Amino acid sequence: MSGRLGFVMLVHTALDRAAQVARFLAASGNPLVIHIDARVGAAEHGRFVQTLADLPGVRFSRRHRCEWGTWSLVAAMLTAAQTLLDAFPRVERVYTLSGACLPLRPVADLEAWLDRHPDTDFIESVNVADVNWTKGGLSEERFTLYFPIGFKRNKWLFDRLVDAQRLLRTRREVPDGLTPHIGSQWWCLTRATLNAILTDPMRPHYDGYFKRVWIPDESYFQTLVRLHARRIEGRSLTLGKFDHQGRPHVFYDDHLQLLRRSDCFMARKIWQGADRLYAHFLAPRDAPLSDAEPQPSRIDRHFARATSQRIRGRAGLYMASRFPVANRENGKTAEPYSVFQGFTEVFQDFEGWLAAVANCRVHGHLFAPHKAEFAGREKIFAGGLSDSATLRDYNPRAFLTNLLWSTRGERQCFQFGPADTQGRNLDLLRFMATDSNAQISVISGAWAVPLYRAGGDFGTLRKEAARLQRIESQMLDLLQSPEVRARIRIWTMAEFLENPAEPLHTLFDEIAPHSQARLMRIPDLVDLSGFGTFLQALRNQGMQPVLMGDFPLTPASPDPSHRMK
Amino acid sequence: MRKRWLIRARLKGRALKPVQDRTRALGPHSLLLAATLRNERARLPYFLKYYRDLGVEHFLFIDNGSDDGSCEYLAAQPDASVWSTTASYKQARFGVDWINAVLRRHAHGRWALVVDVDEFFYYPFCDTRPLRALTDWLDDAGLRSFGTLILDMYPKGPVHEHPCIEGQNPFEVASWFDSANYSITRNHQHRNLWIQGGPRARAFFAKSPRAAPALNKVPLVKWHRSYAYASSTHMLLPRGLNLTYDTLGGEKASGCLLHAKFLATLADKAREELQRGEHYAGGREYRAYAEALEDRTDLWNKWSERFINWRQLEIMGLMSKGNWA
Repeated sequence: MSGRLGFVMLVHTALDRAAQVARFLAASGNPLVIHIDARVGAAEHGRFVQTLADLPGVRFSRRHRCEWGTWSLVAAMLTAAQTLLDAFPRVERVYTLSGACLPLRPVADLEAWLDRHPDTDFIESVNVADVNWTKGGLSEERFTLYFPIGFKRNKWLFDRLVDAQRLLRTRREVPDGLTPHIGSQWWCLTRATLNAILTDPMRPHYDGYFKRVWIPDESYFQTLVRLHARRIEGRSLTLGKFDHQGRPHVFYDDHLQLLRRSDCFMARKIWQGADRLYAHFLAPRDAPLSDAEPQPSRIDRHFARATSQRIRGRAGLYMASRFPVANRENGKTAEPYSVFQGFTEVFQDFEGWLAAVANCRVHGHLFAPHKAEFAGREKIFAGGLSDSATLRDYNPRAFLTNLLWSTRGERQCFQFGPADTQGRNLDLLRFMATDSNAQISVISGAWAVPLYRAGGDFGTLRKEAARLQRIESQMLDLLQSPEVRARIRIWTMAEFLENPAEPLHTLFDEIAPHSQARLMRIPDLVDLSGFGTFLQALRNQGMQPVLMGDFPLTPASPDPSHRMK
Repeated sequence: MRKRWLIRARLKGRALKPVQDRTRALGPHSLLLAATLRNERARLPYFLKYYRDLGVEHFLFIDNGSDDGSCEYLAAQPDASVWSTTASYKQARFGVDWINAVLRRHAHGRWALVVDVDEFFYYPFCDTRPLRALTDWLDDAGLRSFGTLILDMYPKGPVHEHPCIEGQNPFEVASWFDSANYSITRNHQHRNLWIQGGPRARAFFAKSPRAAPALNKVPLVKWHRSYAYASSTHMLLPRGLNLTYDTLGGEKASGCLLHAKFLATLADKAREELQRGEHYAGGREYRAYAEALEDRTDLWNKWSERFINWRQLEIMGLMSKGNWA
């Protein structure tokens, strides 16, 4: 039983697409009133009317010049709705759509579905005091300030008028009995409700008020419906998503499956070049009636992901269209990683041992002065990173973020120390220390071990020891500063060597929580039998090695068969 | 500064002689492509096909004295306008003045794509949405420009062992790229990002990374007659057009220009360009290539990624959908 559902269609561009949709809707035997924006030229208008001339159920309403955000859109809607109710007395429901809407299911499905929900008005209508999704800063002020000109006509003047009224504390009275509500202008109302709105004796008063409200097409019916409706279902039957700036998301050919599976009745807005969508959804179908419920949630998720990518982006990514300023990165790096300072110095083959016990990629000193020591000493590593020190030092931070980005899914561990490239002003360590993905473990003073083992001219060694100690002191200061966000552990070398198993065990529980590290043998220490004497020799030369803690002249070396407890 | 480039464009633009001018046929919203070239005949058939398939409606070519038939070939295309000049490429700021002159005359109010004939524009959904879908979306969002990363593509094995035949998709041969070795800094003067890296930096500029070529480019712009490219197409004026990136952690939509530079014809090209000495910084770039390519440099390594499609580039973070879903 068709003819009881009437459509109101507002058209301003892509008239050929609107005509296709109009023809599809009309074919269901239901009437349709079209409002064509008065800005559409006479020739184009004439052609449009001509193409639909053969359809008896299609009427055209008196034309208004429509400007976004202004009363003209409500005026167009009111005129068209009145035309529809007057010309088609059998119409029981009115559905509004734009020329960029596309029906996704046969009209008969919609009719049957509406019959199952009698006397119900489908209109998104949210109390303006409760919304948080108005975009562009104006929510309540839409109703309490005056908006004599449209935003698109003169942005500057629009903003100045708002500023001036804020300054003057302008506060318009909302007419008695009205509580401002806003929502999508694509609704489906019952004849009774719509008629009550159109014939309300207070209407001239309300219209006068809404003529100076901002974006009244999103609030006129949404507010007045609260006075007259018997039962409101607060949602639009038209699927339409908005981005973070309040602009509608657009559907393209590649959304075909997504739209099909949504089971929604209508979607907007459709890109006018989406040939496949128009061909598919407007093709005559003789499928049996489907009583599936609309399921917009899948599409909601699809667009929510896009909005999140636009707003928050992917953690740890630096690229041509994402280059966050300091501390606005939403994650400085892509994945957790471990930095070891002083471990390769006190253990024999720490790298090999770590790689064997934990399931992660273990590099040497990635920032060593002569070259980047990638795992396996590869010349080129993930992402195409080169081991060239000049390339790396050109932008050490990018080197690190690139490595962590391109090895997502695999934990990276690397050695670091005061002899390595630090970037300007310890930039690299500062970056890592303020990164919550970093786990930084330091055995302070261990840089002296390679010096001790290398031997050679003592004057040179002494100088180098003084340099490294100075750098490491700065590093430790930085690691203990308040802005630190990394997991940081610092032991003096003397402290660490008292019981090396304990700290290793703690670190392991973090790097590889489920590994059997506690059963593993800890790596052998390097021979430190003369180290105390070496430190004393430095002292004798007037250099004060302090960072290794109280190191005994002849250390009692831990039991080599010691297992982690 | 911008005034200066515009005046230069006007002066240098005088050197351009129309060979075939079909710009009368342009509609108010025609999608344009502008390119400068010299002796690229073998690359042209695929280039034209690629961009016609994307939906480019008219080509604006500036031929800098080709003698291999490029000019005649292009003039014969129904959707191309061709200007020719034998003036110095270098003195026209590497063709930028010519491009500015042509865009100023013909691209005002239209979307224009400015690329070299070895650059292929990939953007999110480019396999299902034509270029017009992108420019409509940019128009709706009030955006005037769209940024890209130049992605250098290379073959597996020495470059000269893999010739690309005319009309063939160059990325069937040069199908590999570096996925994450790009270094970015911000140019505060022009507000653009300065991106360097990729195989060119790693193989030819390891000793002097600062000299490595810039890989940032803003090739797609809704042109206005007051706009100008400042230095190649890496920087635009007014500088607001260079803000194609987000600084608060979000991602703007962006694309990639797949760069088919490392193809068989290159060795000859590098030698030829070196003799002419008409390129940026005394052809330092081409000298480096010529030297390295002589000894059969292979840019490929086991970490090279094989190009599949735009989605792969998007997942790798070389381009972004932003909020265009």
